Amino acid sequence: MSTFVSDFKTRATEKAGDLRHRLVIRTALRSYEIIRDKRKAAFQSWESARQAAAETKWEAVNHLDKHLEALTAKLEARGTKVHWASNGEQAREIIAQILRDKKARCIIKSKAMTSEEIHLNHALEKEGFTVVESDLGEFIVQLRHEPPYHIVFPSMHLTRGEIKDLFQKELGDAPSDSPEELTMVARRVMRQKYITADVGFTGANFAIAETGMISITENEGNARLTAALPKTMITLMGIEKVLPRFSDLALFLPMLATAGAGQPMTCYNTMYSGPRQPGECDGPEEWHVVLLDNRRTELLADAEQRDALHCIRCGACLNVCPIFRNVGGHTYGTTYSGPVGSVITPHLRGLQEWKHLSNASSLCGACTEACPVKIDLHHHLLQNRRNASASEPAFFERLAYQIFGIVANEPLFWSLAKKIGWLTQPLQRALKGSALDPAKAWTKTRDLPPLPRESFKDWWKKRK
Amino acid sequence: MKNEEKALSEREKILGRIREALTVSAPRPRSQGDLSVQASAEPSANHAREWLPLVGASVAEQFSLFAKNAADLKADFRLLASRDELKAALLKLRDAENWQRVASHGGELTDFTCKALGLPVTLTDRGYDIQEMEKCDAGITECDALIAQTGGVAVTSRSAGGRALSVLPPHHVVIARREQLVADLPAAFTMLQSKYSPDFPSMISFITGPSRTGDIERILVLGAHGPKKLTILCV
Repeated sequence: MSTFVSDFKTRATEKAGDLRHRLVIRTALRSYEIIRDKRKAAFQSWESARQAAAETKWEAVNHLDKHLEALTAKLEARGTKVHWASNGEQAREIIAQILRDKKARCIIKSKAMTSEEIHLNHALEKEGFTVVESDLGEFIVQLRHEPPYHIVFPSMHLTRGEIKDLFQKELGDAPSDSPEELTMVARRVMRQKYITADVGFTGANFAIAETGMISITENEGNARLTAALPKTMITLMGIEKVLPRFSDLALFLPMLATAGAGQPMTCYNTMYSGPRQPGECDGPEEWHVVLLDNRRTELLADAEQRDALHCIRCGACLNVCPIFRNVGGHTYGTTYSGPVGSVITPHLRGLQEWKHLSNASSLCGACTEACPVKIDLHHHLLQNRRNASASEPAFFERLAYQIFGIVANEPLFWSLAKKIGWLTQPLQRALKGSALDPAKAWTKTRDLPPLPRESFKDWWKKRK
Repeated sequence: MKNEEKALSEREKILGRIREALTVSAPRPRSQGDLSVQASAEPSANHAREWLPLVGASVAEQFSLFAKNAADLKADFRLLASRDELKAALLKLRDAENWQRVASHGGELTDFTCKALGLPVTLTDRGYDIQEMEKCDAGITECDALIAQTGGVAVTSRSAGGRALSVLPPHHVVIARREQLVADLPAAFTMLQSKYSPDFPSMISFITGPSRTGDIERILVLGAHGPKKLTILCV
């Protein structure tokens, strides 16, 4: 068993039994579904909007080369430097080289899951750069030296009391545990950082091929400030983020807000088409856009699951997933958690090491139903299970099913098995869940109902 | 030179992998038998208007929708009858919040506003001192559009005094004209495209309410990093 599997199982077992964790997550997500459904109902047709979004993403992803070339040409025409990175190592080196060239010391970041994916902060800190996360949730988890718990709500697993203690310990400033006052602490800390940072770093929610723009969605205004004040700006985006037309945003921006947080629109939706242009009074002198592949093209090559690249990272599938709610975001051990993370991680990091995530699902389909771009998430989990067992069959499982097949097909064997089963019942009860029980993973937390003395078949025969 | 060659080849490698992957085609998304869902062969975000939240046809309906949405977002929206009313509203804000200095940019409405306020002004047009702007009590800007459907405003680096003015001071005051009201998001995008294409301002921002966060226990707090207050005065 790989360490990824055993780590997952250990953490999942621990979290599933952690009542405090369960309560915190339930509180955090309690109102989400209600307000999201209210916002969905405000659409004249949410279902048609989803269909349109899925078709638009299909068009974008299935002509990705064309759209990326158009995007790049438009960006470069306005003075933006576009870089291409095949993997995380290349992206880290490109970014570090820009910082070295600029003789930068402090870099202020707005939220970017791609930077988590390539472990950017760690690499930059190792080179001696100061990295400051400006999004409140990211700032909190950065102070705790842990990865974000959720792709949209990074500090969802923490209570105000824990955040107060954290601020007291790390910043020496926590007047009370009121969310308002704690937010103002972060605001004060961050204000001067925007002004003094040498480089501003952002992610991207969408890129527009038609007009050569990067669109960033946020509520706090931290990305706006990050893209306004430092002299150099760097944006890291996955190659799948591109949309064909400027007007597509009229659909995607409200859908992202609705699916992600039950908002009609996120507070700031900002489209950048270049560094500071002639006649403009502020903005970065230089803008670098780094396009990241990092095995997205391998997912693209799987036509069956290509639509997983439609994902707009709204987090809706995490919020509704019974597994996510029980085991929590950190249990996955991946950058992208929840159903979509379970689908794409085996493609991005290796099927055999991460196939266990395909089983971290009840296949209830809540994720597929919640997805604003109609990714067939729960079927993709099944396809990953199929692909994993086809490339590396599980010997004992296969053997067990073959034996069961023989026994179940032969009436004599079957009736014998029933008798043996009935006779060995007390033994099963005695061994249940212990090291001697071959099915202990299953039976440890489950009771086998007692087998009846008389089978249905016997009863039917007697009745006649 | 060597670096550039390497960068070029990385680009070709990635595009090559994409083209290779796309030689096998993926099925188009289907409406899965639900007849109420309109599936079309052409990319359909263009028809977004038919699916997005409904907006009334008349200007009066649209203003009342804007006012309702703005109130939900905790923005302060006022529809004013004249320049005199605008001046009165501005003076009331100035005195209520005890403004000492404001930041703004050149423009017909903002010039009127700054004159009416009679306060020292940091103008962004010819460059400005960031520390000075940070200490201003309000950032006063014009805008490109008010969007009835969302209760938000659209600003650009060209129409609203650059990138920082609408987010750095603690109170963002937007001065708008009635004609700037558009019904919905598709109309806002069409307007921006016809006004600016192909020479877009380097930043276009849809501002929908004052800055906010829910990162602590999902409890709404206004003024996370941007303005705590957003006031929209429309004449």
